[in-house]
Parts: sequence; structure tokens; C-alpha cells
Amino acid sequence: MSGTPAVPAALQLVDVRKRFGRTEIIRGVSLAIGTGERHAIIGPNGAGKSTLFNLISGRFHADSGEILLDGKAITRRKPFEINRMGLARSFQITNIFPRLSVFENLRCAVLWSLGYRYSFWHNLNNLADAEARAEELLERIGLRRRRNIQAGLLTYAEQRALEIGITIAGGAQVILLDEPTAGMSRSETSRAVALIREISQGKTLVMVEHDMSVVFGLADRISVVVYGEVIASGRPEEIRADPKVKEAYLGQPAEAA
Amino acid sequence: MTVLGELHFKPLNFGRWVIWGFSAIVFIAAPQVFDSGFARALLSQMAIMIIFALSYNMLLGQTGLLSFGHAVYSGLGAYFAIHALALIGKGSLVFPVSLLPLIGGAAGLLFGVVFGWLTTKRAGTTFAMISLGIGEMVFAASLMFPGFFGGEAGISGNRTAGGRFLGIDGLSFGPDIQVYYLIATWTFLCMIAMYALTHTPLGRIANAVRDNPERAEFIGYDAQRVRWIMMMLAGFFAGVSGGLSAVNLESVGSGAVHAAVSGGVLLAAFIGGVLFFFGPILGAVVFVFFAFALSEYTPAWHLYLGVFFVALVMFAPGGLSSLLLLNLRVARLGKFRRLRDPYVGVLGTGGLLAAGIALLIEMTYHLTLGIGTGSSVKVFGFPFDTTRGESWVFGSALVAASGMAFEYMRRRFKREWDAIAIEIEDWRRDNPEQDQ
Repeated sequence: MSGTPAVPAALQLVDVRKRFGRTEIIRGVSLAIGTGERHAIIGPNGAGKSTLFNLISGRFHADSGEILLDGKAITRRKPFEINRMGLARSFQITNIFPRLSVFENLRCAVLWSLGYRYSFWHNLNNLADAEARAEELLERIGLRRRRNIQAGLLTYAEQRALEIGITIAGGAQVILLDEPTAGMSRSETSRAVALIREISQGKTLVMVEHDMSVVFGLADRISVVVYGEVIASGRPEEIRADPKVKEAYLGQPAEAA
Repeated sequence: MTVLGELHFKPLNFGRWVIWGFSAIVFIAAPQVFDSGFARALLSQMAIMIIFALSYNMLLGQTGLLSFGHAVYSGLGAYFAIHALALIGKGSLVFPVSLLPLIGGAAGLLFGVVFGWLTTKRAGTTFAMISLGIGEMVFAASLMFPGFFGGEAGISGNRTAGGRFLGIDGLSFGPDIQVYYLIATWTFLCMIAMYALTHTPLGRIANAVRDNPERAEFIGYDAQRVRWIMMMLAGFFAGVSGGLSAVNLESVGSGAVHAAVSGGVLLAAFIGGVLFFFGPILGAVVFVFFAFALSEYTPAWHLYLGVFFVALVMFAPGGLSSLLLLNLRVARLGKFRRLRDPYVGVLGTGGLLAAGIALLIEMTYHLTLGIGTGSSVKVFGFPFDTTRGESWVFGSALVAASGMAFEYMRRRFKREWDAIAIEIEDWRRDNPEQDQ
């Protein structure tokens, strides 16, 4: 299970375990996600998908096992360190800066990667590179017309788009999206899928998603997590054909493509 | 109501120059217009309080840190500055008196580094409680170490000790007007510096940490580090205000690090409003008016300040600055004329109500505290005899009548205000881009 490939995977998990109290939520997950791959993690509610994301992104720390980003251990690093190493994530529950304008949300999100760190000797409004990046992001996530609105006043779908904008702003090579289309209407979902396809060009994408049309439409590979374990991992057609998956998961939702 | 005005699309930021120019003129002209010794002392206090309240708002409004111990930084800054002043007086230190606030600032910064490291690990209630604890600790230390803190008497110095400023004859910071202009210069520079800070990467990220510290960590920022740096910088400016206070009063006692000072700056910031940069400036002016001007006339000033604060928080939770901006928006949309009569009604009856309440309070205070000074008390220039029933009947009747009238006017005002608010909401929905 733990054999390291010749080229290190963009993201690799080796026998990761996490318990809360007496309950083991993640029970030995091993996973290798290749550079440039679009990887979906699916599974029933409470399977531990979001916990897995929280472990990878440093929100929680694993009890045992190893998590590697481009071959470098990030298992016990803090979220901001992991982010600086090139991994960014979005959240299942919208997680933006509600009192800042949409533009300011994006500009904040590009500052670290442009090297401005904790500077109090630069005038923000003179930072042409930060402004240009933020404007370009506004365009890409389709919120140009909402530029100066307080982010907390955006509609739900707009906030989800902003959430993705903040996530990709720093130019991270590995992007984790936690249920990016949850709670969206059909038309909003298809717009979100187009956006995700566009922003993940040339990057490694890992996403947790419930909508099977989104999963099978976007993912190069799929991992199925049930009760804190990966029961199957492979290309979409392999997953669809896997009897264990059918039994544990795909049998139930009618949405399966 | 966006917190951050987007002004940068205006080529020269003309409006900003006008505002800073106007502020400078106010600072220069104020002591010429109000030229009594008392008024000038009051203006100096206001200017010092402006720096202190703005530095406090770097934590509260900008970083979301509710501190109950900000007096630690201003107070210790004041102590270091007064010790330096005393040393200058003895001739054992050569340092310009005009730059003493820098010593206060350096001390504030240093203690910001030390205490900030302890307090900023957490935000929210934990931060507030630790800041309270550190405030108590430093106050206790001020009583334990009389060598540094000067015990009951405090430490004093002489602000003319440095001799002539820049070799100019007669310029020694002895006269009130000279020390006022020294303070005003520092205040103006600090205002610009603190305003500029809100337009830097750190300043903006502090807002992000205030809004959502967890998300800030996932865009590469260490939220604790951001809070810590803001704490150091706030400590610096608080220390500058303390240093100015030391130069101004030529004496610093343990009261300078007392919780009452920390509470005062919290009140000042809230009165002015923490959502906008200029809020604490208004708050500082109003607070000093209560604490230093009203206190000259009545021992009940704490009570008036408390009532004013409660009323403000109830009716205008965003403070005076929000109130001002809301009214400006109403005016900009050409709806202010509809509020004119309701305002006259509310302010007129409210003024009478306040006068009636003040009369009763002053007579009560006189009965309990004014023993031996006769039975008559002057309120608003009129003598009232506290032993005669008529005074009390008059006061009570005034309160009752103006109270009822005020309540009627308040409802009328609220109806009109709410109607306008709904119209503005509709307008905002249709014109989201123009909203500020």
C-alpha cells in the first residue's frame, strides 16, 4: 500500500487515522492522487469525507499515518503553512469574509502568494499586481458586476462562486473543493461545473461531491469512502462497475448517471 | 453600508485631501477660537484621547479584538516618558521633549510584543479575559513597585526641562498653547499613520482575520501573527498618547494604568462607532467633553455619561459615525427634508426631557453631597431650592410632560425614518454599485 511511485504523487495519504473520543472516524486511509488529476471522493453521509479534507488541509491533525504534498510531509503542519506549500481548499459551509467587499475578499486571498505577507509599508491601492489578479479572478468567477458589494450580501450561489475564487486566488497547485455544488439549482450547478472545469486546468483537483452527474462529468478518478475507509478507487467506469460500491453506495441514490 | 469606502477610482482622491486639510485647519484654529486656559487644556485632552481611541480601534474595529486592558500600553508609555522627562530635568539624559512621545510609543510597542504574545493566541472572549487580567496585573504592579510607579504621588517632571525647542526663543512648551500645538501635531501625524495602516496589506488582512480568522489561515495567513502585530502597533500608538499625556500633565500616577482608563477608551470608541475609521475621533471628543468638561460642573457626570451611552447603544448601535453617515445618505438621496420636522420635534422634546432629568439628578446630588452649602442649587443658571416642594413638583412635571411629548415625537420620527429606510433598501437593491 505504501510503495512510493517514481514521480511523487501531488497528494498522497498513507494509512491515515483519526479518532474523535472513542470513535475512529478515519480508519486507515491510503490514497495517491497524481499531478493534474481530477479526483472525486464520494460516499454516504458521515463516511468521513469532510474529516479527510480537514486532515489534509491541516484543520485537524491525524493521529497516525502520513500525508504528503508533492512528496513533502504536511501531516502536522498548520493550515497556513500547508497553504503556502501550494494547497488550497474551499468549505462545505460558505466560508468567506462577509464584511469585506467581493473585490477585497479576492485581493486578500492573493496577497500572501504575491509576497506582501504582513506588510504595513505598502499602499494596497498601489499594488498593481494584486489588483490585476483580483480583477482577473472576479472575471473568471463571473462576479464582475458585484465587485463592490459586501460579500455577506451576495446570493448563495454567488457566495459559492466567491468561495471558489478565494480558493484558487493564491495559485495553489492542489485544490480541494468540499461539495462545491451543494444546495444549488440545476442551472447554477451546470455553471459551477463549467467554472470548476475551467479553474482546474493544469492543476490537481480533489473534490467531495454528492451530485453524481457532477462527479461522473468531471472526475478522472473516483474514490469511494465508507465508514472511514476507501473501499474502491479507480476510473469512473471501474467505480460504476464495482460490486462493492454498488452495494454500499451507488445502489441507493437515484441520481447515478 | 460597506465598511471600506472604495475611493481609489477617483484619480487624485480629492475628497481625502479636503478632509485632511479641513482636519488640519480645525487643529490649528480650535485653540484660537476657544482661547481660555480651560478650553485649551480640554482641547489637548481631546487630541490625546483621539490617538488613544484610534489605537484602541485598531484592535476592536479593525481586528475584532475586544480589549479590557488598553490602559496598560498608554499608562506604561506615560511612565517611561515621564521618567525620561525627569532624567532630562536632572541633566542625565539629553533628548528633545518634543520627541518624548516616541519613548512612550517604544514602551507601548515593547509591552505590546510581550503581552500581545500572551493575549493574541485566541480571539473572542478568551482574548478579552486575558486582557482584563493583564490590566489588573499591571495595576497591582504599579502599587507594588513604588520605585518605578511613584506610589501615591506618582512621578512628575517639568516639560520645559529641555529648554528652547529648535533654539527658538520663547518656545519651551511651557505655555498651554505651545504644548497644545505639540500635541496637535503628534495627533495629526498619528491619525494619518493609523489611517494609512488601514490601506496596507496588514490592515486589510486584519479585517479578514476579524471577519473570519479560520479562512484567513487557509489563504496563507497566521491569524495569531496578524493579531499580534496589530497589538504591537496599537500598543505603539497608545504609548504615544501616554507620552503626550505625560508631557501635557507633567505627572503620571498609578491611575494611568487603571481599569477605568481601559473602560473609558472602550466607551469612547463605542460612542463614536467602531465600523468607520473616524468614529473613535468623534467618540474621543464626546468622551473628553463628559469626563473633563462636564465633570467641572457636576459630580454626576458619570451618570450622564452612562445614560448617554445606554441611549446611544439602544438607538444607534453603530455609534455617532454610523448615525452621521446614515443621515448623510438620507440627505444625498434628497430625503432629508422629510426628516426635518420630526428631528426638531424629537430633539426639542428630548432636550426638555434631558433638562428635567438633569434637574432632578442635580437636586438629589445636592441633597446628599452638598451638605453645608445651603439648600439652593443652580441648574442651567437657575436657582432651585431643594427643600421646597415646588422645585420637586416642577422637576417631576417637566419630566412627565416632556417624557410623554418625547415618546410621541419619537414614534412619529421612527415612522418617517423607517419609511425612508425601506425606500433606501429598494434603491440599494436596484443600484448595488453606487452604495457606499
